[in-house]
Amino acid sequence: MSAPTSSAQAYAEFVKGLWKENPVFVQVLGMCPMLAVTNSAVNAVAMGAATLFVLVGSSFLVSLLRNHIPKQVRISAYIIIIATFVTVIDYLLKAAAPDIHRELGAFIALIVVNCLILGRQEAFASRNTVKMAVADALGMSAGFAFALLCLGSVREILGSGSLFGVSLFGPNFEPWVVMILPPGGFIMLGLILLFFAWLQERAKARRGASAAQGGA
Amino acid sequence: MSPPPATEASSLRMIGTMTFGGLASGLLLVGVFEFTKPIIAANDAAALERAVFDVLPGTTQMGPVVLRDGALALGGDGTDQEDLPTIYLGRDTNGAITGYAIPYQGTGFQDVIKLIYGYQPAGGVVVGMQILDSKETPGLGDKIFKDKAFAANFEALAVQPEIVPVPNGSKTEAHQVDCITGATISSKAVVKIINAGNAEWLGLLPPGDPWAAESPPEQVPVGVLDGPQDEPAEPPLEQAPPPSQAPPSQEASP
Repeated sequence: MSAPTSSAQAYAEFVKGLWKENPVFVQVLGMCPMLAVTNSAVNAVAMGAATLFVLVGSSFLVSLLRNHIPKQVRISAYIIIIATFVTVIDYLLKAAAPDIHRELGAFIALIVVNCLILGRQEAFASRNTVKMAVADALGMSAGFAFALLCLGSVREILGSGSLFGVSLFGPNFEPWVVMILPPGGFIMLGLILLFFAWLQERAKARRGASAAQGGA
Repeated sequence: MSPPPATEASSLRMIGTMTFGGLASGLLLVGVFEFTKPIIAANDAAALERAVFDVLPGTTQMGPVVLRDGALALGGDGTDQEDLPTIYLGRDTNGAITGYAIPYQGTGFQDVIKLIYGYQPAGGVVVGMQILDSKETPGLGDKIFKDKAFAANFEALAVQPEIVPVPNGSKTEAHQVDCITGATISSKAVVKIINAGNAEWLGLLPPGDPWAAESPPEQVPVGVLDGPQDEPAEPPLEQAPPPSQAPPSQEASP
């Protein structure tokens, strides 16, 4: 009886990160990589994958060791775990995809200070079983990667006229250069946050309306 | 009475946890570092080799040439060569020199631009240029490596009168470079870097081919014999002193 329940719960923990508690659109965490590396869709995917690796690895370890890490040093212990995973992915990426590593530059190393990751350790992984922690980490990083991809695709389409490096509009398209520059990141992020806030407002209003109807 | 011993035990445990964490992390990182080190080194070497082949058309072999005690020497397997200023010598299939690839860097619009360019002593021309690293403005300054028309400026660029950047479309002489509209500073920076590289290196390049015999591949002596028959235009120029001595004297005069 407990197995299906825990599976269902793990699934719920996974799904919440995708939409209801999306780290970017709802919690507005991880803005630094969000703005810095989303000037192309490929960079966004690479950053999302690197974050997934670090978050899932750290959540797994933190949850596994949650009863062995003294409360007073937990943050430093988490940072050691996170920094280790970040350094591992940094070297692996440099070996496997040097071009992408060059594009992302310092932002791979800066995953260490992504508050999304430390936040998940403190708020979730250190209080839940390994299974739940991994489900939560998978959901959160998938949600983060989805947000990165949204922003990266829009910025690349408008700013370079291409998607994943494939030219979309032909040679006569005059790219909207500001979109791949930092200001474009802020503008686009603002618009996307606005769009998702509007979607949520609408959903809430609809829920309110149906609840009122049910009450009546 | 009970809290003090508890705190003591707990701080020991804290130290133990952090020490163990640090050790485990360090061991893992050393493992990953050792595993990826050769792959990363191979990637870097491959990238550099590709760049050298790109800026020196016709090159099929390359090797480092280092500046040791004020003179150029063929960089062998010596371990000290990493600290010495290095350029790269390219040879074609016959072993004839296709030119020297010179890495150089200088200030661009936003940050340091690192580039490598190919110089052919025989003709006294730059035959190719590639940007290795730059942080120029996307969409504007980055055209120095994205704009094919700009790259074409460096396919046969005379260095005899110093290279001069000119407004886009007004290139008439072999030593002029058409700047990119909207990226004048970046274009001028590239020209400045190449001029600085020329000032530093061209005077040092030896006339002819002093390393023909001691080049790494065994077939090179044969190649030297074959060279003149296959490509009559280049090797004679290479052996004749005047063209290859011209750049040094030109460098000395200003």
